[in-house]
Amino acid sequence: MPDSLTRAVRWDTVVGALLIVLLLLSFGFVDGFGNSLNLSFLIGNTLPIALIALPMTLLVVAGEIDLSVASTAGLSGAVMGKLWNEGMAIETIIPLCLLLGVVCGLVNGLLVTRLGLPSLAVTIGTLAAYRGIAQIVLGSDAVTDFPTQYQDFAAGRLGDTFLPRAFLPFLGLLVIAVVVLHATPFGRSLFAVGASEEAARFAGIRVKRNKLVLFVATGFMASLTGVFWALHYASARYDNATGLELSVVAAVLLGGIDFDGGRGTLGGAIAGVFLLGALQNVMSLLNVSAQSQIVVTGVLLVVSVLGPRVARQISLARHRAAKAV
Amino acid sequence: MTHPSDTGPAPVLALQDVSKSFGAVRALRDVSLELFPGEVHALAGENGAGKSTLIKTLAGVHRPDAGRVLLDGEPVVFHGPGDARDAGIAVIYQEPTLFPDLSIAENIFMGRQPRRALGRIDHKATRAATTALMKRLGVALDPDRPARGLSIADQQIVEIAKALSFDARVLIMDEPTAALTGSEVARLFGVVRTLRDQGAAVLFISHRLEEIFQICRRVTTLRDGAWIAGELVDGMTEDDLVRRMVGRDLDELYPKQDVPAGEVALAVRRLTREGIFTDISFEVRSGEIVGLAGLVGAGRTEVARAVFGVDRWDAGEVEVRGRKLTNGAPSVAMSAGLALVPEDRRAQGLVMDMSIERNIGLTGLRTTVKAGLVDRGAERSRSLDWAVRLQVKFARIADAVSTLSGGNQQKVVLAKWLATGPRVLIVDEPTRGIDVGTKAEVHRLLGELAADGVAVLMISSDLPEILGMADRVLVMHEGRITAEIPRSEASEETVMAAATGRAAA
Repeated sequence: MPDSLTRAVRWDTVVGALLIVLLLLSFGFVDGFGNSLNLSFLIGNTLPIALIALPMTLLVVAGEIDLSVASTAGLSGAVMGKLWNEGMAIETIIPLCLLLGVVCGLVNGLLVTRLGLPSLAVTIGTLAAYRGIAQIVLGSDAVTDFPTQYQDFAAGRLGDTFLPRAFLPFLGLLVIAVVVLHATPFGRSLFAVGASEEAARFAGIRVKRNKLVLFVATGFMASLTGVFWALHYASARYDNATGLELSVVAAVLLGGIDFDGGRGTLGGAIAGVFLLGALQNVMSLLNVSAQSQIVVTGVLLVVSVLGPRVARQISLARHRAAKAV
Repeated sequence: MTHPSDTGPAPVLALQDVSKSFGAVRALRDVSLELFPGEVHALAGENGAGKSTLIKTLAGVHRPDAGRVLLDGEPVVFHGPGDARDAGIAVIYQEPTLFPDLSIAENIFMGRQPRRALGRIDHKATRAATTALMKRLGVALDPDRPARGLSIADQQIVEIAKALSFDARVLIMDEPTAALTGSEVARLFGVVRTLRDQGAAVLFISHRLEEIFQICRRVTTLRDGAWIAGELVDGMTEDDLVRRMVGRDLDELYPKQDVPAGEVALAVRRLTREGIFTDISFEVRSGEIVGLAGLVGAGRTEVARAVFGVDRWDAGEVEVRGRKLTNGAPSVAMSAGLALVPEDRRAQGLVMDMSIERNIGLTGLRTTVKAGLVDRGAERSRSLDWAVRLQVKFARIADAVSTLSGGNQQKVVLAKWLATGPRVLIVDEPTRGIDVGTKAEVHRLLGELAADGVAVLMISSDLPEILGMADRVLVMHEGRITAEIPRSEASEETVMAAATGRAAA
């Protein structure tokens, strides 16, 4: 019994439950929510956040953060547009863009692990730098004429369902991320690194290498998102995905990943992503003004930092009570 | 009154039949204690005996469920630590919490600095008051020095000065000597004697029994929350005290076994880390326990860290069973069969928020693997097996290690490393801050490991431990090995002579 009680107040479960409640209420009471066009919009618009949230979750668990992800995405999109304008084949362009993302991540990772700089500062710097390079590359152009079969893949739906075609590959990546974080020795070590880097080092865990791998993976996923974004919205501009990093971080924290590292589950993070996405969708349907939406998101962010702590206090208290009886 | 009390000055502070429970756990049962002015009183007991609860009751953190706290003979109720402080009761903890960027004077008078006109802080008066306090303690510390960089010993002095500035009449010192070197302990005792002679009542807690005999007049012993004895130290032996604490005659504290030394398992050659240690060469054979002695700061821990790979070395080499280790790579050292039980178990040995199971599992992440994934069943049985073998007292293997007592935490660290099946084991202060019963268990374990052919390098500031357990003693002084003393010739005198840089024996 104490076991199930303790589990009942785990924050990721709370977020999952909130998501289900929100979806049920929205299906029941919000006009236009349940039609398949809206649902596919909802999921399609949330996918970029979800894609980057996967590596970001691992990074935050390990006690680091990458705020340059949206700029990396924007840079990839800009380079993609530029090369397409130059007449290069899309089959060559996309791998190049992904490689670029790897390089962006590598730069972040090396600055953090080799020079020992705080990732918050490093990636605020590269946030500006990568976006600047994107603007130099593409200027104020918008490239829109990508091959239709690619745009269809990024924007189309699976048969008659409301699911975007990109949803299946996302599920694949999600499964990989869950397995990596929760079932592999690498993922296990990340929790130790985030909770106590020194103790992890004394246990023979290769802290710096692991962090570098995470930054590279994050850069890769950010550029993949940038490519997806440009194709999904059929527009490659230097300012694509601006501000996306805040949504990602907000969603990940909302999902119960401890900002101080060492705690959280991917399930919680993804629930957080879709809770935030669904909430924004519902607010738009209800004609809530953009300003008010920002306020709601901000409040959620504060709640998300507070919530897991409160939940942990409750479960600790119950644990103690259960132990004392 | 259930214990003797002389005629003489009345107690300043006393507990009368105090009980305190947390849920079903009875932390204190009918405990009485009297603190007299001008006297140092020892509080003895194993980890978990109720010493912390007693201190917190005196300090106003806990309120007793039953019984009374008497101040100058009058019953009082402390509603919080502030009340106790105003009554002249101060607690000095083992690890002081000063503001590192403020000066000593500012730390002492934080929040109540002498003021000048318009509420400006009177730095001159603050400094003068601090100097006066230091003079009272007979210590020379510059009031303007920032707290950052002060040794733990100096930080404790600052805490004591702070307590004096509150006109403390009762000073409670919770394991103040655990992290101090011999000469620092001597200085601290000088300060304590000064305070005692000025009429303060001191309650002193230490796991080092010889210290109790050195400085205390009276001792109260607790066991499992119950009051066992309150008596004068005069005429007692260490064995008497241990029997009261443990409740039985202790098996030998240093169960040293004679093991023939085998092959060289660890060879360190001309290892140097610039500015830290120089030209360190030694060997440890399988079956041997080699003690590494020296003063704190002599570089012993730093050598261990470099050998294991947590720090890099600048020159030299390390071989484990004939295999050269890579500079700065603990993972290579581990797979060569080396294990390090670090000195700071809370920061280096354990991830405090993680479960016992996962902490022990950390060293097995590369071995308890099936098809690239963590084999949870194997991890659990490995962790459980070792936790049980080392007799860790826990409720559930999934409990966070932070819920365990210090001695049990240290056993988890040992379990974590013994589970790797090491051929060479380095232990750094393996029994610091753990009670005498657990200490004997740890020593027995080290002896058994050596008998099984493990090469053990034991760093310790506890000389009796080194003399009791080591086949050979290496002594370091200022970053160099100054002596190698065989067991037959090792004594406190020979080791200390080499450790302090006097002509080696």
